[in-house]
Amino acid sequence: MNAPVEQYLIRQREVVAALREVLPAHCVLFDAEDTRPYECDGLAAYRQLPMVVALPENEAQVIAALKTCHGLRVPIVPRGAGTGLSGGAMPIAQGVVLSTARMNRIVKMDRFSRTAIVQPGVRNLAISDAAASLGLYYAPDPSSQIACTIGGNVAENSGGVHCLKYGLTVHNVLRVRMVTMEGEIAELGSAALDAPGLDLLAAFIGSEGMLGVVTEVTVKLIPKPQTARVIMASFDDVVKGGDAVANVIAAGIIPAGLEMMDKTSSRMVEPFVKAGYDIDAAAILLCESDGIVEEVEEEITRMTEVLTSSGATAIAVSNSEAERLKFWSGRKNAFPAAGRISPDYYCMDGTIPRKSLALVLTRIAEMETKYGLRCANVFHAGDGNLHPLILFDANIADEFHRAELFGADILELCVEVGGTVTGEHGVGIEKINSMCVQFSPMEIEAFFALKRAFDPAFLLNPDKAIPTLQRCAEYGKMHVKRGQIRFPDLPRF
Amino acid sequence: MENVLKEFRERIQAAATARKALRIVGSGSKDWYGNVPQGELLDTRAYSGIVSYEPTELVVTARCGTPLLEIEAALAEHNQMFAFDPPHFGDGATLGGVVACGLSGPRRQAAGALRDFVLGAVLMDGKGEVLHFGGQVMKNVAGYDVSRLLTGSMGILGLMLEASIKVLPRPTAETTLRFAMSQAEALQHLNDWGGQPLPISASAWENNMLLVRLSGAVAAVNAARRKLGGEDVGKAAALWDDLREQRSAFFVDTSHIPLWRLSVPSTAQPLSLQGTQLIEWGGAQRWLRADLPAQQIRAAAEAVGGHATLFRGGDKHSGVFHPLTPTLAMLHRNVKDAFDPARIFNPGRLYADL
Repeated sequence: MNAPVEQYLIRQREVVAALREVLPAHCVLFDAEDTRPYECDGLAAYRQLPMVVALPENEAQVIAALKTCHGLRVPIVPRGAGTGLSGGAMPIAQGVVLSTARMNRIVKMDRFSRTAIVQPGVRNLAISDAAASLGLYYAPDPSSQIACTIGGNVAENSGGVHCLKYGLTVHNVLRVRMVTMEGEIAELGSAALDAPGLDLLAAFIGSEGMLGVVTEVTVKLIPKPQTARVIMASFDDVVKGGDAVANVIAAGIIPAGLEMMDKTSSRMVEPFVKAGYDIDAAAILLCESDGIVEEVEEEITRMTEVLTSSGATAIAVSNSEAERLKFWSGRKNAFPAAGRISPDYYCMDGTIPRKSLALVLTRIAEMETKYGLRCANVFHAGDGNLHPLILFDANIADEFHRAELFGADILELCVEVGGTVTGEHGVGIEKINSMCVQFSPMEIEAFFALKRAFDPAFLLNPDKAIPTLQRCAEYGKMHVKRGQIRFPDLPRF
Repeated sequence: MENVLKEFRERIQAAATARKALRIVGSGSKDWYGNVPQGELLDTRAYSGIVSYEPTELVVTARCGTPLLEIEAALAEHNQMFAFDPPHFGDGATLGGVVACGLSGPRRQAAGALRDFVLGAVLMDGKGEVLHFGGQVMKNVAGYDVSRLLTGSMGILGLMLEASIKVLPRPTAETTLRFAMSQAEALQHLNDWGGQPLPISASAWENNMLLVRLSGAVAAVNAARRKLGGEDVGKAAALWDDLREQRSAFFVDTSHIPLWRLSVPSTAQPLSLQGTQLIEWGGAQRWLRADLPAQQIRAAAEAVGGHATLFRGGDKHSGVFHPLTPTLAMLHRNVKDAFDPARIFNPGRLYADL
């Protein structure tokens, strides 16, 4: 047996023994057969078998596991359901994956205060299901909501299709109880609307498991709207579709959902789900109103007027809940549809100012030619979050590599037009190089300083989300000054 | 503006070298808030102006010294607003001061707090470096959310040069209703209503009288008015403005009795503390005018899961903000050192050791 392998096994035995002193035996996995399911998250292209997987069943075990690992200087990768799309939960070869999936109890559900106290392993949708009988629900609805957990949502600041009106995780969480790498408990936020001192809760949400491990969350629940209706509008030009979105907002309307799909996307999903999409339209807009019946009537009328005067070539309004779900089914199945027409697809997650949509789509079309790959675009038009789905076949030499370059190019473009490399999926390992484009070395240093404030030993999900300056130097792409397009004088169509 | 930035940088670098404190101030409209300001004055007002405002993107970016009135006037032209309803507490209030103090007004009840609307910030740190965090877009998870961390930080982490804030359309219709009821009844009703799809945008209970404002589409406001009953107050905009600016009778007290702000769960039972109370945010923000030991007030807030701030007047010696647990205090010191290792920015304004 060669020396590195032997060293690895000695270290693994040491860590397993130490963890078994503080966790029940069935909560510590180390056989490759058992740890294999943890080798990747939703970004399956990146895999790494962890040295050990720890599955604590309560907060005391989380504290003990973290203290043990801190003492042994073993890095920890926290994990929820592993549905993340950016490799934030990808294991470290010499590290421990700490999954909070077994802490899955709803501690308290309270109608009067409209809050729920839940353990980190509770699934997003399970909260709304449990609150349904109270006439309440938890608003953020990432597309993985059937499987993803609230602990992961806190780590990623997850969004969904209703963010414009109802906000992201950061707007819907009152309190997070977490354990630092050193094993100290801290309560961020409170049962009230705010907490004394610095807003550490805001800094913690979306920190990709790098500042602490969540052990309990208090979420806000909101009343379920009485009714919801959606308009499906077709446009013969993406610019007109983009303008229509701006016109809706300018009219003082905040739709409950506002989504756009390009022609490639609607042609991709229509044969699959038969949502009734106009496959000749250059863009399809879904524009939803929710509230009390009279309010929705009023808003649908106003939105229809705006969309018509913005040049919609066809408009349909849902007249029943079944029809509303049918209109949405195409959008909600865009990712599976991509998987159906292409062996593999790579989902990007940039955010752009809405006004740049036409420019960005034009440039993405140019990149399709450059990289020889197709790209379907679905767009959370309300909040500017663009999900280009790059279609490729991993079995064809070089295609994944080209898809990666294509994706990085799109993200750079998002920064160039004043947007960001990730709207809701997180940086993880996937977009870590793109961070070098969005942030200057001093800004990256500030992020590291903040990380050290919570985790001085640098053991909690290290090497994710924030790139080292050395990594940026190797990546070789310079920080792009936001909002400043290169060659601004060149005409672009 | 480059020369203003240059001056800021030189002042900060000199202060860092000499380890001398800087007191960051806009118009000084909120100098009375928080612990007593210390250090040499750094006036932000030369760095002023709206950098960008695109109504259809629902975001405004302005420099720290920009008067709040100027920004709100620009928003009003497009029938938009800061939905968190920032108190001015003085005509000269600047955006920097608003964000640093992190205060929100009556509309916060439904719309959310200032921190919920902050999308990005530009910071000059303790080395005089200009750092960009967040941006102008609503969904952004690249890097830690430093811009929200700066909100309400009382300027202790650095000089905030610019902030990007989400704006919203003004509601089409607004109506204010009045109900005669006790505090316990008001809390019961406010929390009951909170669990129903009603367009309640603000509330205020005082002296056995509850005011509730409805905001939204005409149809929604009318339907809610029919459902809730109560007496229509008529033109009430000035009333809510006075509440936000603390110009109403409850706040304009000449007795020199300290004013406390208790932030508690909205469902907390009436607090049995001697003194007068005014309750906002559906029960979650309780103003208390009382001459009681700080410890007693803090204990009462803590007992129901909240915290208390000595808002105006009183003895600031033991600190105006609620004491932190040891772990949180340690994290605060670490975060302070991460951004301001020389400890020059607004020392003591938030907590004595920061």
